[in-house]
Amino acid sequence: MTISWSSLSSGKLALWLFCGLVFLFLVTPILVIIPLSFNAEPYFTFTRGMLELDSQAYSLRWYEQVIFGEQWQRAALNSLIIGVAATALATTLGTLAALGLSSPALPWRRPLTALLISPLIVPIVISAAGMFFFYSGLNLTQTYSALILSHAALGAPFVVITVTASMAGFNRELLLAAASLGAGPVRSFFKVQLPIISPGVIAGALFAFAASLDEVVVVLFMGGIEQRTIPREMWSGIREEISPAILAAATFLILVAILLLIAVELLQKRSTE
Amino acid sequence: MFNKPRTTAILLALPLTAFILVTFVAPLGSMFMRSLYDPLVADIMPGTVAALAQWDGTGLPSEQVYALAARELERAREERTIGKLATRLNRDTSGLRSVITRTGRALKRKGGAPWSESLPTLHAAWGEPAIWQALARTGARVTPVYYLNAVDLTFDGSGAIVRQPEERRIYATLFIKTLRVSLTITLLCLIIGYPVAYLIAQAPPRQGRLLLVLVLVPFWTSLLVRTTSWIVLLQQQGVVNDLLVWLGLAPDDQRLTMIHNMTGTLVAMTYVLAPFMILPLYSVMRGIPAVQMQAAASLGASWPRAFYRVYLPQSLPGVGAGCLLVFILAIGYYITPALVGGQSGQLISNFIAYHIQTSLNWGLAAALGCVLFVAVLLLFLLYDRVLGIDRMRLG
Repeated sequence: MTISWSSLSSGKLALWLFCGLVFLFLVTPILVIIPLSFNAEPYFTFTRGMLELDSQAYSLRWYEQVIFGEQWQRAALNSLIIGVAATALATTLGTLAALGLSSPALPWRRPLTALLISPLIVPIVISAAGMFFFYSGLNLTQTYSALILSHAALGAPFVVITVTASMAGFNRELLLAAASLGAGPVRSFFKVQLPIISPGVIAGALFAFAASLDEVVVVLFMGGIEQRTIPREMWSGIREEISPAILAAATFLILVAILLLIAVELLQKRSTE
Repeated sequence: MFNKPRTTAILLALPLTAFILVTFVAPLGSMFMRSLYDPLVADIMPGTVAALAQWDGTGLPSEQVYALAARELERAREERTIGKLATRLNRDTSGLRSVITRTGRALKRKGGAPWSESLPTLHAAWGEPAIWQALARTGARVTPVYYLNAVDLTFDGSGAIVRQPEERRIYATLFIKTLRVSLTITLLCLIIGYPVAYLIAQAPPRQGRLLLVLVLVPFWTSLLVRTTSWIVLLQQQGVVNDLLVWLGLAPDDQRLTMIHNMTGTLVAMTYVLAPFMILPLYSVMRGIPAVQMQAAASLGASWPRAFYRVYLPQSLPGVGAGCLLVFILAIGYYITPALVGGQSGQLISNFIAYHIQTSLNWGLAAALGCVLFVAVLLLFLLYDRVLGIDRMRLG
């Protein structure tokens, strides 16, 4: 017997229609940016020529500006320096902590977990304000170190969460087996545990890097001219002089987002298999 | 007894715990300090503040206090700290900024003992009790004044707690507005998120994964990029207005104002936060077996009835998780309202940033931050109680 509701087809149609509109709402803002970044005119809007597909109306000038402009080059370098250093710090500390948190022998596990992932929950404006007060008391605002430490604190929770999740499927007996075969704890970590939890570690690192690459409030409060990152550059672009160069930079960031998404999806697929 | 697994676990968790304590908890602590501790006036005019402690607060203080104040003002001018002092006092009582700076300038050439007579000739305000009361009040190093300001209260001349003057009463309404806007956004996210999560959970795996990507791409895309898109779409010469004009739905000279106001904040924030609703909903709905709805149907339930009695109750944990998450994120949101909210679309976070970057009223910024922090903490405890934070998952 096939089961169906008589009204189902019209209901289903309405559901698909509504969801279609929502998906349009979700995707349009990202898609609209890409063609506009090739605008030959310094506007945020489609010109008549663009709609008529006139090749004169399109140009690569904003990409030229973003790729060869000194300001954007420096911003990209800063984003890379801060992002890589913060991710390295967050991933190392976060992985170790996740191993500790996964052990049933750890006392105060719940409050400790809450503490370690709290940077993820506290609104960024509050964290950034606190960091600003803290580092200005130490005369460390406008330094790379303050930004790297702050971004590492904001990124570490991602690593803790992803590695803890991948540890949930880890069979602890493997460590005992390794020990019984004469491997020391360090050796068994690198040879047995790390390969198994590595998808979680890499996914956490990607999350942490993406978070740093997208972070603007801490940089806004604490960074000097020297430490302007890509999002900081975009911020002033949006607020001060609106130029499609921002859209060219945005297109690059969308590309980065898609690459990160693919990487994380592949890792998750690997870890569930 | 020495417990090896326990020691190992503690040693593993220790480095990050120490790191978070130093780079995250200590900064929050220093924000809390800032909200209560303000040594500026006491540091610049230590003698005056100490002497004013003996003063009964009515009438005028003694010659000794006048002399100390004159000496310390002069020193503040030499050390260039007088500007900060003037700003701080002006925040307490409007108009004191010019009193302090003008007195400072005049002290260079004029004035001399007896100060109780010459200081009022430099500026008449020194002959009134108000300025001395302000000095005594702001001289306290530990002060609740920023918290009072954060809820639109202040001290009056005699030190009693009163409501702020009309034009300074903004924060209570701002907190309410922030809560109202966050609630609206949460509801909007639920309305658009529930059907979508349902659709993805019901779709065959391949299709479902494809649809999920449409949710995940915006989730991963830079927040600034997503906010910029809404400027592109909603501005006066933007894509949506162009489309409306082209379709004849709006005359060219009456384009809609949808950005740099509350509409901009609502639309862009709903967009930005929607994935945080859809993903938890989806992960709960994925666990609801499809056969249950079929069973309900085979027992004669209509689709709405089967949905209401069978599906909806089981999806509620996802609704709870999604709503709490979106609400928590929304009340602390800063970037999107700052870029697309204009004047009317600003939330509490924007004022915290304003006081840090522009007005430099750090004490008030810290107090507002602490109030917001406590609100988020309470919501977070609720989340933990209902759903358990150690079960939090990403992606």
